[in-house]
Amino acid sequence: MLDYVKLLILGLVAVLAAIAASYARDMIYMIHMILVMVTAAGLFLWQLRRTDEPVPAAVLEAEYMDGPVRVGVALTAFWGVVGFLVGVFIAFQLAFPELNFEWAQGYLNFGRLRPLHTSAVIFAFGGTGLLASSFYVVQRTSAARLWGGGLAWFVLWGYQFFILLAATAYVLGGTQGREYAEPEWYIDLWLTIVWVAYLLLFLGTLLKRKEPHIYVANWFYLSFIVTVAMLHVVNNLAVPVSIFGSRSVSLMSGVQDAMTQWWYGHNAVGFFLTAGFLGMMYYFIPKQAERPVYSYKLSIIHFWALIFLYIWAGPHHLHYTALPDWASTLGMVFSVVLWMPSWGGMINGLMTLSGAWDKLRTDPILRMMVTSVAFYGMSTFEGPMMSIRAVNSLSHYTDWTIGHVHSGALGWNGMITFGMLYYLVPKLWGKERLYSLRMVSWHYWLATIGIVLYAASMWVTGIMEGLMWREVDAQGFLVNSFADTVAAKFPMYVVRGLGGTMFLGGALIMSYNLWMTVRKGAAKADTTVAAPAE
Amino acid sequence: MEDTYTIMRVFAGSWGLVFMFLVFVVVILFTLRPGSRRVHQDTANIPFRHDDKPARAPLPGAQDAHLTEARQ
Repeated sequence: MLDYVKLLILGLVAVLAAIAASYARDMIYMIHMILVMVTAAGLFLWQLRRTDEPVPAAVLEAEYMDGPVRVGVALTAFWGVVGFLVGVFIAFQLAFPELNFEWAQGYLNFGRLRPLHTSAVIFAFGGTGLLASSFYVVQRTSAARLWGGGLAWFVLWGYQFFILLAATAYVLGGTQGREYAEPEWYIDLWLTIVWVAYLLLFLGTLLKRKEPHIYVANWFYLSFIVTVAMLHVVNNLAVPVSIFGSRSVSLMSGVQDAMTQWWYGHNAVGFFLTAGFLGMMYYFIPKQAERPVYSYKLSIIHFWALIFLYIWAGPHHLHYTALPDWASTLGMVFSVVLWMPSWGGMINGLMTLSGAWDKLRTDPILRMMVTSVAFYGMSTFEGPMMSIRAVNSLSHYTDWTIGHVHSGALGWNGMITFGMLYYLVPKLWGKERLYSLRMVSWHYWLATIGIVLYAASMWVTGIMEGLMWREVDAQGFLVNSFADTVAAKFPMYVVRGLGGTMFLGGALIMSYNLWMTVRKGAAKADTTVAAPAE
Repeated sequence: MEDTYTIMRVFAGSWGLVFMFLVFVVVILFTLRPGSRRVHQDTANIPFRHDDKPARAPLPGAQDAHLTEARQ
């Protein structure tokens, strides 16, 4: 019965997309509708061929559903390399503007590629990593198979389709101009559908768990799913100009619109890049260190404090704007208070290794995870500091912000995701160990030195630029023109590009290592090992 | 008659704030309640069970969970 419903829906979508493509008012919309039509028609045929085939459901319940995790893990590595590559390219575009090729103007210039980079690393690399790891973690910590039959496949591929639509839109200029929320209205609607399915999948699995309690990692994952749903819907409230066009107008205007955007923007950091990845931390660090989290109580307090505080921090993006002072003060105060749960969480992650610090000497994967937690601590110290109004008056609009974001994104999100990939790939493909630990060490050092180069050059250039902008002479005239600051930043831009290249090189080594683990790695002797006596 | 914004803003800054703060304090106190150590220790060990296969039957309770593991 369900198969027929699926066929009906896919057929309808294909036909409607074809109609929409023919009525399209702009190129982006038309290309997207053709993409939708082709995809839906292809899925229709695929679904048709397997309709009424018997599925042994009872047998499946005795196994974990790791297919989507495997695909997700591979896609995570792929998107990582793509996102870092675009990042390195646009970094050099800033240093050497000639790289904005004349023949590619309007497609591959900095302005078009920059959202492609941010979305590729945050949503494609980070998001797919979160999907895959949450599928894995929620099953293991609930001792139950994923709920909803093939729902996990829908969520994973639906999300990839969202990435495809978003990426093609950016290059062609389809954007609503909201940072980290660039996709236009119909792409937003699609993501909403996928995200609701994700929420159902996660909740359904938690509901049929065999463990009496919900492990803390799942709390973080769940808060990430719920909050991102809320943020996404509210920030993308918009009225389409035409149902057959890609353009839309935001429902809110002026300062309300700005505040909504940064309420979204900062909580995307707080709940996508922090809460979600903390879910990873609370599962994979204990697993890799082979000991439970240092303090479970602290992890619960970490969770609730983060939830209660983060949501208020957004206004610190709008200091010295039309936003009322009370709101920006509120954002600043909550940002500073956030320092406490963040460091509580960092200490909890690091102290999980107490009594096992020696493993850092032999285990480069654990070293990677610990470094990521250290970067979590550093960037959550830097962030509150930068949110203070006086500091912000120097740092805002400068490259310091870019440096801060990357110490968090490369250091914390990147490194914990790499650790997760290194842990998961041998497990998922039933291999004894990784292909090469030396390569992991190479990756580790390339990535770490790359981040240090990146962050340090951005601190220097950011503070320099901030000081140059505010410098006035005795008569009160500005000393430097904007172009002077751009010229002065050149050496630091080159260093930043080099740091990014090293980080990309590390990711390429990782991809090769993971590929060879799957291809050539020695199979695990016996996968059905009896539980060790405790 | 005040406008909606002012009503919401005053409520959020007074009763709303007090309510949120109280919920937060209660949650923290509940986490630190005496006797929660056993439950938390058991929960913290969840990642070390069921690595390869889902559990067959529901575990009897938090206290017996490690026994179930040993029996397998």
